[in-house]
Amino acid sequence: MEAYKRVALARKKSRPTGQDFIDNLFTDFIELHGDRCFGDDPAMITGLGFLMDLPVTVIAQERGKNTKSRVKRNFGSSHPEGYRKALRQMKLAEKFNRPIVCLIDTSGAFCGIGAEERGQGHAIAKNLMEMMSLTVPILSIVIGEGGSGGALALGVADEVWMLENAIYSVISPEGCATILWKDASKSKEAAKCLKLTAQDLYELQVVDKIISENHRDFKNVYRELKIGLYKSFQKYQALVPEQLTEHRYQRFRKYGAIETHSE
Amino acid sequence: MLSKSLFKKPKNELEAQHRIKRKTDPAIPSELCRSCPSCKQLSFTSDLENNFHVCPKCGHHFRINARQRLNMIVDPDTFVEQHHELSSFNRLEFPGYDEKLEQATLFSHENEGVIIGTGKIDNREVALFVMEATFMMGSMGQVVGEKITLIFEYARSHCLPVLGYTVSGGARMQEGMLALMQMAKTSGAVKRHSDAGLLYLTILTDPTTGGVTASFAMEGDIILAEPEALIAFAGPRVIEQTIRQRLPKGFQRAEFLLEKGFVDAIVPRSIQKETVKRLLILHENPKGGNKNGSI
Repeated sequence: MEAYKRVALARKKSRPTGQDFIDNLFTDFIELHGDRCFGDDPAMITGLGFLMDLPVTVIAQERGKNTKSRVKRNFGSSHPEGYRKALRQMKLAEKFNRPIVCLIDTSGAFCGIGAEERGQGHAIAKNLMEMMSLTVPILSIVIGEGGSGGALALGVADEVWMLENAIYSVISPEGCATILWKDASKSKEAAKCLKLTAQDLYELQVVDKIISENHRDFKNVYRELKIGLYKSFQKYQALVPEQLTEHRYQRFRKYGAIETHSE
Repeated sequence: MLSKSLFKKPKNELEAQHRIKRKTDPAIPSELCRSCPSCKQLSFTSDLENNFHVCPKCGHHFRINARQRLNMIVDPDTFVEQHHELSSFNRLEFPGYDEKLEQATLFSHENEGVIIGTGKIDNREVALFVMEATFMMGSMGQVVGEKITLIFEYARSHCLPVLGYTVSGGARMQEGMLALMQMAKTSGAVKRHSDAGLLYLTILTDPTTGGVTASFAMEGDIILAEPEALIAFAGPRVIEQTIRQRLPKGFQRAEFLLEKGFVDAIVPRSIQKETVKRLLILHENPKGGNKNGSI
């Protein structure tokens, strides 16, 4: 399938959002709000729930289902508070030895005056740094759109999975076409060049697993995710913390690594 | 150029602004004099060189390249460069990227957008990285990410502090997701260096934006900035287009970040070496880093 068709599918309004995945993957979910610094970001849902019999911390980006909820959720674009809330929950997960599930679905971190004033760059940077050394297993799943740094801020995980029709990109195809060719209508071409589909990224080893989709019915997706997550957490919980963080470090260390490096 | 849009009524201030033609600078041989982009006054190139490339009239910091920075901060003849040979290749076969790399190499006389190595500052050994704006605007691809990671790993195994100068347009889109992954990779290296109890000092220069701001630029133990440097996650143009408003004056400049609490201090070039030296002395630990500690 053409890359741009995937982009359209990933952004489709009827596509299940973070909340749907939470409802179908976890039981007894309790949402926990706020970053304890500035506010609560509705574009990021965080909380606790059971994955079968395993208590887990859940962090999900939520873009909203109808116009009203999309406005409330800021179309899934987080402010720094969202990332700080996520990090707060991750730290708690570490304290109580709970695995972490991150569900990625955002067109990007929000670009606005307030977001810049409150340190969007700093908030994302801090997440990248801290996630690298968390001593509990982290699995991230790109369920829709994985937009650049705003997606990566939940993507420093032991494994990153992608739904078949999800996309994950360094920049939106529209943004890329505007910058490179000064022409937003060339976004189809840009989508192809950016290698943003699940298949492309699997080949580049950016994602570890592709979850196949049936657009009309996500039941199979949920079932596969539930079992897959459970099995992977069992695997990673068996590792001692040093092995776990070393595995995560090396997972990201390999991108662009030269043969001889100094350690 | 005549077009229909010339007669269209501008919808907002932003559109209207593009109608006004910018004044062009008077034609002066650039090797003799340079006009300051801030106060428009002319200065002799030699005067600028003797003044750290800072306008003597208004204090504007001209953009300079990485080698010039190294000469300003490191003791003479002490810099030892590492991995100079690393250069990028077009792994994704992105159209036009090969030509861009070629042009950037010719234009900047560097192999990539960052220089790493070790040197002495007032006789104290430090690991350094200095980003190069003339190489594709210091954008971070796999080689830039790799070099930053290598210097942090080197510094960690040799118990050295890291001093880094950042200037960047963000992640290099021609390398797709492999460029984005460098944000995670470099952050991991910074974290390990930090967990070993070692100092990381960043100096943000004009402009530091995007994926670099959202990774190692903002991860310093102490974050310094040059006066009036643009420091942003999303650049001002992107924000203006997103929110369709004009941005306040001084928005995203170093002084603004200082006010909002995201940089420790603004340090003009003339006192940078002295400031770095004092900070290094204050962090000197005869045991060479606290292995168990973290910040």
